[in-house]
Amino acid sequence: MVSPLAWAKRNSVLLWVAAVAIAFFLAVPPVQFVNALTLGAIYALIALGYTMVYGIVELINFAHGDVFMLGTFVSLSILIDVMGVTGPITNPLQLAVVLIFILAVTMGLMGAVGFLIEKLAYRPLRNAPKLAPLITAIGVSFILQNIVQLWKGPYKTNFPQFFPMDAALMFGSVRIGLINVLVIAVALILMIALQLFITRSKTGRAMRATALDPTAAALMGVNIDATISRTFVIGAAIAGAGSVMFGLYLGITDFSIGFLAGLKAFTAAVVGGIGNTLGAALGAFTIGFTEVGATVAGFSRWKDAIVFILLVAFLTFRPNGILGSDSSDRA
Amino acid sequence: MNKSSPVLELKGVGRSFGGLIAVNSVDLEVAAGSITSIIGPNGAGKTTLFNVISGLYAPTRGEIMLNGVVLATPDHKTEREALVWAAVAVTGSVLGAVAGLAIDAPAGLAGVGAIVSSGGILLAAVARPSWYTRLCSRLGIRRSARPNDVVFLGVARTFQNIRLFKEMSALENVMVGTHARTEVGLFDALLNTRRFRQTESASETQALTLLEAVGLQKQANVAAKNLAYGDQRKLEVARALASQPKLLLLDEPAAGMNPAETEQMIELIKSIRDKFGVTVVLIEHDMRVVMGISEKIAVLDHGEKIAEGTPLEIRSNPRVIEAYLGRGAATGA
Repeated sequence: MVSPLAWAKRNSVLLWVAAVAIAFFLAVPPVQFVNALTLGAIYALIALGYTMVYGIVELINFAHGDVFMLGTFVSLSILIDVMGVTGPITNPLQLAVVLIFILAVTMGLMGAVGFLIEKLAYRPLRNAPKLAPLITAIGVSFILQNIVQLWKGPYKTNFPQFFPMDAALMFGSVRIGLINVLVIAVALILMIALQLFITRSKTGRAMRATALDPTAAALMGVNIDATISRTFVIGAAIAGAGSVMFGLYLGITDFSIGFLAGLKAFTAAVVGGIGNTLGAALGAFTIGFTEVGATVAGFSRWKDAIVFILLVAFLTFRPNGILGSDSSDRA
Repeated sequence: MNKSSPVLELKGVGRSFGGLIAVNSVDLEVAAGSITSIIGPNGAGKTTLFNVISGLYAPTRGEIMLNGVVLATPDHKTEREALVWAAVAVTGSVLGAVAGLAIDAPAGLAGVGAIVSSGGILLAAVARPSWYTRLCSRLGIRRSARPNDVVFLGVARTFQNIRLFKEMSALENVMVGTHARTEVGLFDALLNTRRFRQTESASETQALTLLEAVGLQKQANVAAKNLAYGDQRKLEVARALASQPKLLLLDEPAAGMNPAETEQMIELIKSIRDKFGVTVVLIEHDMRVVMGISEKIAVLDHGEKIAEGTPLEIRSNPRVIEAYLGRGAATGA
């Protein structure tokens, strides 16, 4: 017979999700609930890369937020300069083709950027003290920001909103924008695919083995360099999908968005338990709820501060995060 | 295979760390299908020798051959590789500039040439296709095989301190071991191709067979960290066997076991040798194990091989007794 307490402990994740979701569902209007989910979905797409890279090489990749920022510019350039898309597309078939194409291309290009960053900046420092790659990551972040400033200038740039923003689904009197549904669906599909990939595939198994014990993994025939490289590629590609979703949802970008987005995603990763992909997704939705909750409560100017207070609170009271293991070396 | 040709051959293998000589010029031949023990006092260099064979460290001198193929060799003139890259990039940009002069746009084309050629050589250096390794060896650049290459060539090992993937199930641990023998790429997995599904289920079947061979079939889905100590050691053996090795290196397989477990481990090692046809080399302190299963014993002390022979010869060798018990014991004083 399982005691209720033991059950609660084992399913603490489920309880956490249910508690947060129900609390917000009751506290905020349905539209804001959907907004919180959408925001959380975008943060989740960035946070996954953070947490995967941390899990495998214990590096907080501060350049990851800027890879996301670069992704918004790359996708908007391809949309405008290559495909000539500037306004809404009403034909559903055409819309789907454009959407899938831009997602695939952005994810591919960002994957390549992630590959190059790992190869050129982090791999030479693989055996260096932990601080060296961390500082390199900050350097890479500056490099990416400056490349974008040189390329597009330091201005706010409009993202072509080819997705019809006024399309919506009606649930009784509740109106849910199709764009929200799209963002949440893309994030969920990628998260589920990633989770399956990590738990079921050979490469995913190699990633987990490398994260647990790189030396033993190498001696069992796992090519560690290739595995780490693939982790960066996958993380950056998912951030690329996040870029497209961010651009479509908010319609504007500039060279500095990577900093704040990166910090929020980092917070999400810590809140969820850094190194844990499921945790990163949970943390991201927690942050989405926190921000929207702050806005609804009338503290919209303070929403970033509240998110970082959450970060400090977690680091102080539960450094292993929602899903973190008890072992202290992962915190 | 010819029974007399050695599977593993060490020729004057040495490894030093700064001024410390951990292993100094060891010669050893291991016959196919045999069980060989390496013994010696603590700090004699036994584990370092294993680390060199399995590719964790390159030797600083000597050579290791596996079935007549060079496995490990000191890194030699690796700095020349950077020169090769620079040469290719410079050639590319010069060619670009020359081509550009012909059509009146030198600067841009030189840049394109530099980017294309240096990018190309960078990719080659990452992927290391066979022509690239051949080019390197022609230039006198030699690299010791890396751990994953060593596994691919047929050497697997276990560890003195158990190094299982603790959070993974026993089955998954063994499936990681099949990594070197399966050919599926990232895209096979992402697209869930038929080849991917077939390989995955084949690995799983193979892993289950191996778990059965070591007697852990019932614990297949138990996380490695929750297994009993003796079972963890057995799981390490199963995981090593999953890469279908020709040579199995066991680092103190019976360490910390009680007499009954030790007995089981001896039987397991023998049955593995017979069933899978692998050659076994083991490091062991427990003399019951060493004397019970070895066909040949090599004794290391201070990084040097001081004796080699059958268990009977080793037992009465005065240098061995001296190494273990001190000078007085050997002379009987």
